[in-house]
Amino acid sequence: MDNDIAISVNELTKRFGDFTAVDNISFEVRKGEIFGFLGANGAGKTTAMRMLCGLSYPTSGSGTVAGYDITRQPEEIKRHIGYMSQKFSLYEELTVIENLTLFSTIYGMTDKAIREKTAEVFRTLGMEGMRDTLVKEIPVGWKQKLAFSAATMHTPEVVFLDEPTGGVDPATRRKFWETIYRASSEGMTVFVTTHYLDEAEYCDRVSIMVDGRIKALDSPDGLKNEYGAATMDEVFRIVAKGAQRGD
Amino acid sequence: MSIFASMIEKETLHLLRDFRTMTVVLVMPLVLLLLFGFAISTEVNNVNVVAVVERHTDDTRQVLEKFRVNPYFTFKGIVSFNEVEPMLRAGSTDAAVVLSYDGDRLCHQTIVDASNTNTAQTSAAYIENLLNGSAEMPIITHTLYNPRLKSAYNFVPGIMGMIFILICAMMTSVSIVSEKETGTMDLLLVSPVRPRTIILGKIVPYFLLSCVMLALMLALGYTVLGLPFSASVLNVIWVTILYIVLALSLGLLISTLVSNQVTALLVSGVLLMIPVIMLSGMIFPVENMPALLQWLSCVIPARWYISAMRVLMIQQLPVSYIITEITILASMTMAALILAVMKFKTNR
Repeated sequence: MDNDIAISVNELTKRFGDFTAVDNISFEVRKGEIFGFLGANGAGKTTAMRMLCGLSYPTSGSGTVAGYDITRQPEEIKRHIGYMSQKFSLYEELTVIENLTLFSTIYGMTDKAIREKTAEVFRTLGMEGMRDTLVKEIPVGWKQKLAFSAATMHTPEVVFLDEPTGGVDPATRRKFWETIYRASSEGMTVFVTTHYLDEAEYCDRVSIMVDGRIKALDSPDGLKNEYGAATMDEVFRIVAKGAQRGD
Repeated sequence: MSIFASMIEKETLHLLRDFRTMTVVLVMPLVLLLLFGFAISTEVNNVNVVAVVERHTDDTRQVLEKFRVNPYFTFKGIVSFNEVEPMLRAGSTDAAVVLSYDGDRLCHQTIVDASNTNTAQTSAAYIENLLNGSAEMPIITHTLYNPRLKSAYNFVPGIMGMIFILICAMMTSVSIVSEKETGTMDLLLVSPVRPRTIILGKIVPYFLLSCVMLALMLALGYTVLGLPFSASVLNVIWVTILYIVLALSLGLLISTLVSNQVTALLVSGVLLMIPVIMLSGMIFPVENMPALLQWLSCVIPARWYISAMRVLMIQQLPVSYIITEITILASMTMAALILAVMKFKTNR
């Protein structure tokens, strides 16, 4: 297997009864890449991502994440990935430090490593003052960065971000993308779903999912050339024109 | 720190920081116990009674003296027959006893205000007992196990049956479902933590909380409420722990079936709490229910728990008398656990 590949998916399909949520998708993501996974609501993005994280078993097809098979080695995959859900989920009644410590412990980090890593996180985010604040009391922008830090405390090979910028204002979104770039420059592979099309411009490569299938996959510039469009927004509108599902 | 310990720490912190819920959980059972133990009682006290006496003799004086000294009655005096009905209507008396002579034989008639059937039946029974006592063949009643017929004895098992359903089933299911809602459950599921560690980390704190509650309620029951204390308290403890485990399994099962907190609350409230109060025999005796409801009550865990607790706490009999109850509770626990684990697996 190619050592340069972080995620590889081959004819992956997920059916719920008669409904095919993910229909025969195949793609590869290189190490260190920021891979954008676009699609309207209901296009199957989240289902596909859940299969890659081992939260859901594929109906058919195969794939590897960080070199491990998604059907046969889900436990190994769990050790080597990070996951941030679309609600920036953290434990609201716990303080910032308690949340970070909890997630690091879960990923098997030693007490010493946890101390060093949390100190580093507080320094880079500039949130030393919020160390003992309850998560429910900190602003949403901070919560988002914190959720990302919690997901990457154990320096995973691949981090999955499920709509990490939903409901956040543009300035905060832009700052958050700086955090993503920093992680990527340290060699982390970033797999991000989004429906903000301006964010697609920030990705190295983008796939567009329509009705469970991948309809387009290239770098943002490549896609714009191919469809003769000026922005990703136009590209998306052309690609998703015939969509049956979603809104 | 180990993963398991940190999971338990997280859950405990969540529990302790939810100040309102903790207050309700800690205070409510104690208030309920004291309320049912002292304020609310099915005993009938202070029955107001008047007497109509046709002819004063030693016998009638003896009867009236009994009413005067009996603590259950408040004797309101001797009245004429015509005054009885207006007094009953006005509520100034609850019952009237008419003493008359048929030749030389003393006869009596009891008139009771039956607008409240329970009070009426009980006071009529008191009056009958009191008058029969003066007959030549007195009826001697021994009230076994609860000689003073204290209703507190009856309520302690019932309230325990209710509280553990509340803490274990309701709180656990709501807290698991809330993790599903906020998305933190997904974070745990994508992490290397094993599903059984997640579940145990979730239920152990509630189990410990239930044990604290058990200790508190037993302490209150055996001191303030004066339940008879004996070695059977050990049986009470382990049968209650079995019931706690059953309630936790039910909570788990509910949390695998529903996806939001409101539904979890409704399901555990409607399916568990209301039947516990109405059908478990805590307030209304199961034997008095229509056959259909009696059948229905068989699936209510609290019915079996409460009946076992009455045997252990009040009658203080050995465990061999409650084999049926224990077997049923244990099978219900197994069934709920197996269903919950199966459902947890197929959800993926």
